[in-house]
Amino acid sequence: MPVLARWIEAAGIPTVVVTMMPATAEERRAPRIAGVEFPFGHPFGMPNNRDMQRGVLGLALRVLAGASAFGTRVDLDVEWPVPVREAYRSWQPKEPSPIVKKMLEARQQ
Amino acid sequence: MVVDSFKFLPRSFRPLYEGRGPFPGEEAPVWTPFGKRLAGSRIALLTSAGIYLKRSQPPFEIEREKMHPEWGDPSWRAVPESSQPAGIGVAHLHINDEDLLADPEIALPAGLLKQFADEGVVGGSVTEHVSVMGYQDRSLGDWRSTTAPQLVAHLQGQGADGLVLAPV
Repeated sequence: MPVLARWIEAAGIPTVVVTMMPATAEERRAPRIAGVEFPFGHPFGMPNNRDMQRGVLGLALRVLAGASAFGTRVDLDVEWPVPVREAYRSWQPKEPSPIVKKMLEARQQ
Repeated sequence: MVVDSFKFLPRSFRPLYEGRGPFPGEEAPVWTPFGKRLAGSRIALLTSAGIYLKRSQPPFEIEREKMHPEWGDPSWRAVPESSQPAGIGVAHLHINDEDLLADPEIALPAGLLKQFADEGVVGGSVTEHVSVMGYQDRSLGDWRSTTAPQLVAHLQGQGADGLVLAPV
């Protein structure tokens, strides 16, 4: 996704990437980054929590419009309000994805 | 506060993401200044959650991915800003889709962006946002050659002054 942002930015449209992996987005050279410490599948926060979602989108827009240089990263200081172990389990698909299934099978052989 | 990028990632996946550096050929900075005031700008959203419109669009091809686990559907869908949660489907094999289906705004906050436009925070929203399915072949060949140029043309046609991308 940071690479897609780069291509779109290069075509003349400013971009910001909202991501739970801001360190990776930096490595991949995204132009602007808003980091969130949320479980996968939830870049804008918890379902039906409008205040939390406002916080993320508001930050993303401020970084989009206000960043003065390539590589600007600002992280959101909001803690996920669910114990880590529970959140870790609940973002994952009920069945392992095909590639994970393949990796697990290869490990067993 | 600095975000821990690996807090929710399985430990065995971490080496796939950490210390890998930029993609080959993607080292140089790219930068388009945001020239306007936010309150006078039209904003677009892009999600990688595999969101599609159940009534009018085909889902992303997850059956093919099951047969070819290294492959991911590189196509994209236009998602109207007025889409209702009940009309939205999710085709993505790498995340639990329950929360997304309950409230698609957690990945594509089209309603919230509209609210920001009503409040004057932004000038407006594009009519059609964009959805992709983020699990892709490592070479990103189809995204580079086909999807990205189509997305750029779509966003330019929509008059987008800026894009908020949110990988899931």
